[in-house]
Amino acid sequence: MALARPLETVEAPPAQSGWLATSVEFCRRRPLGAVGAAIIVVMFVVALAAPVLAPYDPQLVDFAAMLARPSPAHWLGTDSFGRDVLSRLIYGSRTALIVGFVSAFVGATLGAVLGVGSAYFGGRVDLYMQRLMDIFISFPLIILALALVAILGNSIPNLITAITVPMIPRCALVIRSSALSIREMPYVDAARAAGFGHSRIILRHMLPNVMAPYLIMVTAFLGQAILLEASLSFLGLGVQEPLPAWGLMLRGAAVEFAEAAPWMAIFPGVAISLSVFAFNLFGDSLRDALDPRLRTQ
Amino acid sequence: MLKYLTKRFFLMFPTLLGVAIVTFFLIRVIPGDVVELRMGGESGAVSQEMLAKERARFGLDQPLWKQFVVWVGGVARLDFGRSMWTGAPIWEEIKLRLSLSLQVAIMATVVAVLLAIPLGVLAALKQDTWVDYAVRIFSIAGLATPSFWLGIVFILMLLIVFKWLPPMVYTPFWQNPWQNMQQLIWPALAVGYRYSAVATRMTRSAMLEVLREDYIRTARAKGLVQKLILSRHALKNAMLPVMTVVALEFAFLIGGLVVTEQVFNLNGLGLLFVQAVAHRDYTLIQALVMLVSGCFIVVNFVMDIMYAYLDPRIRYR
Amino acid sequence: MQRRSGLVLTLIAAIVLAASLPATAQETPRRGGELTFVVPSQPPTYDGHQEETFGLIHPVAPHYNTLLRVDPTDKTGTKPVGDLAESWTISKDGLVYTFKLRHGVKFHDGSDMTSKDVKASYDKIMKPPAGVKSLRAVAYQTVTSVEAPDPHTVVFKLKWPESSFLLNLASPWNFIYKADIIAKDPKWYETNVMGTGPFTFVEHVKGSHWVGKKNPNYWDKGKPYLDGYRAIFISASAAQVAAIRGERAHIQFRGFSPPERDQLVQALGNKITVQESPWDCLNFVSFHHEKKPFDDKRVRRALSLALDRYAGAAALSKITIVKEVGGVQVPGTPYATPPAELEKLAGYGKDINKNRAEAKRLLKEAGVPDGFSFTFKNRGIPHPYEPVGIWLIDQWRQIGLNVKQEFIEASAYHPMLKRGDFEVAMDFQCGFIVEPDLDLVRFVSTSDANYGRHKDAVIDDLYSRQARATDIEERKKVIRQLEKRLLDDEAHVAYTIQWNRIIPHSSKVKGWTITPSHYLNNQLDSVWLAE
Repeated sequence: MALARPLETVEAPPAQSGWLATSVEFCRRRPLGAVGAAIIVVMFVVALAAPVLAPYDPQLVDFAAMLARPSPAHWLGTDSFGRDVLSRLIYGSRTALIVGFVSAFVGATLGAVLGVGSAYFGGRVDLYMQRLMDIFISFPLIILALALVAILGNSIPNLITAITVPMIPRCALVIRSSALSIREMPYVDAARAAGFGHSRIILRHMLPNVMAPYLIMVTAFLGQAILLEASLSFLGLGVQEPLPAWGLMLRGAAVEFAEAAPWMAIFPGVAISLSVFAFNLFGDSLRDALDPRLRTQ
Repeated sequence: MLKYLTKRFFLMFPTLLGVAIVTFFLIRVIPGDVVELRMGGESGAVSQEMLAKERARFGLDQPLWKQFVVWVGGVARLDFGRSMWTGAPIWEEIKLRLSLSLQVAIMATVVAVLLAIPLGVLAALKQDTWVDYAVRIFSIAGLATPSFWLGIVFILMLLIVFKWLPPMVYTPFWQNPWQNMQQLIWPALAVGYRYSAVATRMTRSAMLEVLREDYIRTARAKGLVQKLILSRHALKNAMLPVMTVVALEFAFLIGGLVVTEQVFNLNGLGLLFVQAVAHRDYTLIQALVMLVSGCFIVVNFVMDIMYAYLDPRIRYR
Repeated sequence: MQRRSGLVLTLIAAIVLAASLPATAQETPRRGGELTFVVPSQPPTYDGHQEETFGLIHPVAPHYNTLLRVDPTDKTGTKPVGDLAESWTISKDGLVYTFKLRHGVKFHDGSDMTSKDVKASYDKIMKPPAGVKSLRAVAYQTVTSVEAPDPHTVVFKLKWPESSFLLNLASPWNFIYKADIIAKDPKWYETNVMGTGPFTFVEHVKGSHWVGKKNPNYWDKGKPYLDGYRAIFISASAAQVAAIRGERAHIQFRGFSPPERDQLVQALGNKITVQESPWDCLNFVSFHHEKKPFDDKRVRRALSLALDRYAGAAALSKITIVKEVGGVQVPGTPYATPPAELEKLAGYGKDINKNRAEAKRLLKEAGVPDGFSFTFKNRGIPHPYEPVGIWLIDQWRQIGLNVKQEFIEASAYHPMLKRGDFEVAMDFQCGFIVEPDLDLVRFVSTSDANYGRHKDAVIDDLYSRQARATDIEERKKVIRQLEKRLLDDEAHVAYTIQWNRIIPHSSKVKGWTITPSHYLNNQLDSVWLAE
């Protein structure tokens, strides 16, 4: 019976020729991940070059041109205030990336620190930490975010906090289980026996080995953070008018004009979906690449 | 195994208590006063003594720790108190919404499982072929699309293309199954598609892992038909982590569908929660959070039982 | 021969009679059918004396009558007519109001309604028993007593004359309850319904719907025309529009936005009838008079001058629920300033460039630098707060100001205003009826609603003068003076654009006239459904 692929494929590990070679190898073997990475790069470029790329000021109100369909003057049309959709989309990528990256990195890093610490010190510390994380995990993401925004008020830093906090315990638990397995390794014991300090062991032995799950968590969170920001803005709790943000662009007027001026809702929706899609694709392939069990066949 | 399970069982309570404490104090930090909102409203013309009297009625003038103890005591007796906004018993506010949310959660989970397992297995078997790519793209697309956007598109499509609208009012399944289905199938599909993404990914990686196990290789070497191998060995062992994911997602569906409920106009717990927060209805918020978190914690424990039963390493401890 | 001519004569008479009837025959109301309407908000309790949300009025008002009500056929919504009161007389000095009640009015449980029920209901409103709250007690400060000398007469005795007293009694919230029930348990009405209204209570499923059925023993014989009604609670406006578009609901009594109206008209053509009216609601910009630089009236005037109200109204009326440029009274109502005169006020002139140049000059004179930045706090509600907010920010940009907008969630908004935790904030003037006493009381220096904390004795004086003015022309003059002082001389606040109520409804719904208030005309007694 023909098998889908040969049972054994011996793979020579890639030569230690640094980032470039690894990246190229990655792109070749995992085309989906490459696509995701490409979209992410484009997003970054757009966000960085926003002032250059955007044809109009995203906040420029022009009632004479309200609800204009896509045309050479306005490639993606205008919204109910005559603001250029394309420019708002371009500047909105900044908000998405800032909120996404800060939340994901801070959340994942704090989570990693807690997870590793918890795994390393074990005992009572581990027990309490686990309970604490359990408590926060049992709140659905959006409920915790809602509560935090209600407490802290509406602003971008508060929004970032509201999105970061629910992510910390989730990351902590995943990193912790990864770190636990490392802690049992003989070289950790040897290091302890040799009298190395806690921080040295953690930094030099444990952290590098949780890099893989850490990176995977970051990419997973990035997509989720962008979606969460969009949902909160849609509910009116995220970024506020007149700032450009993708979730905000989908709120209110976009829905009301969904038939008369569909470009208002379509393009931000596509932008959000595409970016979350890209981050997930990339993260998925990254996980495949980094998971040692899947690599060796 | 029993020792392990009893330990897990008793661990539920401190977690629940922790959730109770966090919720209780978290919502009281939110600025805004439910009594003032009810009494003053838009005109804001209420006397201080009237406010004080109302506060006393809800026990809001007591020291915080005392309020907490009173509330926890009530919860232990399964008495969640009365809503501060309407004055009606909490259970009355929740029960109809709970049955709707529960039903949507169950239906969405069924949709998710029906999508995830075949797709995940397929993707695992045909790893790195275009079938695998197609499945992964399909499932990640579900994860990436904002649910409210999808919902809006759904409803518009139904209206414009089919000129038909789902029923606006919720009829419980036992009253009128056909109408009930007409209303709930759409959010179930939208939500189910989203949640299938995680489960598909899980199924795929679990299958991949299991396919590489030694005993599978042995079975193949022995020449058994691949299908048989799959059904008997691989699938069974792959199911454990998949079930965990499905169960956990299910627990979240109960209260977490805030935006979907708005878009599909479902009278569910998510919407109730948003309204409760807007009204600063402490008792209702607390009850809802305890309900959702409690669900999650219980589901977690059930998973522990299943793991303990199925994983021989734990079973024979 | 005689008989034949007699027949011919009768025929001729009949033809002449038929020809003399009015050209447009009145449509005869059709009996039967259930009216389905959508309500965006839910009632917290069932007691009208305690609530102020339309979420209560829309489903609950059909179960009750009030002593007086606002004439439902009058588009301006300013005329009081009798509901349970058949007629009334006012004493010469304006201190005694005597009402004659209708005979044969019964509560839904069969008992008779008499004057003691009216007295008990008003006692509950004006002097609520302990533990019961009444939102409108402050409106009846002039009342010393309510008496019921005989079963069909009610007498109100006032301390001082009040020209708006009749309108006060026409408040849609003043449901007439049963005296016996109030005596036994004044909180009973929070969770139960027992009234004299055209519809009896059937069921309320929380979060879902409210059902009422025709009252067969209604005192207004022949009414109601409907067999019943069903109110469905839907919070998301897209879903509300979908309900009407999918013909599952006939009407929504609050209002839709212009694009929603256009959507419905496009989809349903002449199956939809649109009624529009200026709304008794308006957003204005409130300046905190104790914070620099808004304590300087030049700065306030500048911020008002910068607004191109006419262009803004034209554009915004396409996307949100505002339309006309108005002053302190809803355009088209008795005390509203005519547009030609309004133009003379600061910020209402048509030459916007001149206004803006003046604004920049004033800012410079007051020492406000170019690019000056402040935070504008706005209420987190989609219509029309958000669009008007965006417009304001853009207008202020044109005079060189860099304004940041902060949206505060609706529930936290009033506490924020009360605390004075703002520099410039959006406030609103809304009422259930267009009456200067009610609309302008908030600008009195000692008013609880004077969030901007201005202290202006001239306005206080002008307010009490108009409240006591008995001659209409005199009153108009005083109100104009107040308006000028408020918006022009001192620029205590800056009015934006009058809200516009848009009700697109199924063409089958007849017998309902729009008024400037979404709290009025909800008894549904004269509504009927065409085929």
